[in-house]
Amino acid sequence: MNHLGTNFYEAVSVILFGIGFMNLLLQNNLIKKFIGLNIMDTAVYLFLAAQGYIFGRVAPILTDGVIDASYYVNPIPAGLVLTGIVVSVSVTAFSLALVQRLYKHYGSLNMDEIMQLSREEEGE
Amino acid sequence: MDEKKSFLKHLEAWVDGEEVILDADKYISTRTKKEKRSWRHHFTIQYVKENKKLYGILSIGISVLFIAIMLSVVNSLPEYGNAHNPANNEVMERYLESGIEETGAINFVAGMILDYRAFDTFGESNVLFLAVMCVVLLLKKDKNNYSEQEEQEIQEDDYFDTNEKHPILQIGAKLITPLVILYGIYVILNGHLSPGGGFSGGTIIGAGLILYASAYGQKKMQSFFTFRTFTKICVSGLLTYCACKSYSFFTGANHVGYEIPKGIAGNILSSGFILPLNICVGLIVACTMYGFYALFTKGDI
Repeated sequence: MNHLGTNFYEAVSVILFGIGFMNLLLQNNLIKKFIGLNIMDTAVYLFLAAQGYIFGRVAPILTDGVIDASYYVNPIPAGLVLTGIVVSVSVTAFSLALVQRLYKHYGSLNMDEIMQLSREEEGE
Repeated sequence: MDEKKSFLKHLEAWVDGEEVILDADKYISTRTKKEKRSWRHHFTIQYVKENKKLYGILSIGISVLFIAIMLSVVNSLPEYGNAHNPANNEVMERYLESGIEETGAINFVAGMILDYRAFDTFGESNVLFLAVMCVVLLLKKDKNNYSEQEEQEIQEDDYFDTNEKHPILQIGAKLITPLVILYGIYVILNGHLSPGGGFSGGTIIGAGLILYASAYGQKKMQSFFTFRTFTKICVSGLLTYCACKSYSFFTGANHVGYEIPKGIAGNILSSGFILPLNICVGLIVACTMYGFYALFTKGDI
């Protein structure tokens, strides 16, 4: 089995996932961390969309009155991607709201600085 | 007491309750003195976190290793675009072949997410509602989340919003906003006939509201869209969704037979509950999108 040449959508999605993960680990700025998380989400959508595609078939909307499963692409990944997008939007909004509160309290977006300031605050 | 008794003798006596082990403290202290000096003591998470360079190298290494493992998995995945892949199984066939008969929707994806898997979509709407409620909790201006400096900034913003004229932006927004909202309504109402549906149409309407709010300021927006209307629309949308789906679950599970007529596939008034459910989802998504914008910029809807 050697399908790396044909599965390049999946390969690109995996590489994007790795880039997002690296971003999540390496960035100190909290907003950039969440951008990394969103890149990871996008990679998952690309992977799912690639899994559902079939060569030579049309989108899953009734065309020319053909009711035949061998005429349309797989509709299930579309529904899964929809769920993923909704959850990703919700998580991003929630985490950015938390970041905004942190910024109001500590005046910084740098994670190390925030940790240090919170430790100093606890020590008092 | 004989100090030269063996340890076993001491233990025997101790168990019988005749004496205590006198040098117990000393014995324990000698035992714990043996420090395990190994590389693990130096190589803690704290050490890695303090050493930025090592942390960077390690995280890049982990990510690259992860990419390599996943690429090897992709290498042995079934071929892209092949109709005989295991993902394209009988579930997909069922949705495509009896979808129109069972749901009445021409758009198979809409029929799938709002009829076969409507419970899942209800969960998604709840997740969105929960997210916007969390953002309200965290960011809404009230007596606990208040500072004079911010209040002053908001007042200055309001002053500029009301007194400064941006003719190009305002006239453009006035012309485009109705079209954007109309297009969103079209996408929602045709959710079962064409690409789109509640989520995409709701996002388009939300974008129109955001455009209007950014051109004319929050004050003017509040004349017709307050926090009260926001909660009313969201909650009534969710409750209507819940009622519709409860009805169809109840009648379907008990074989009562009072089913909503499916209509002729392809008409705008067809496919049972999919149209009202799309409208509910669209309203919730539009309110959520505008709510995120308003809360993140001004801290108030």
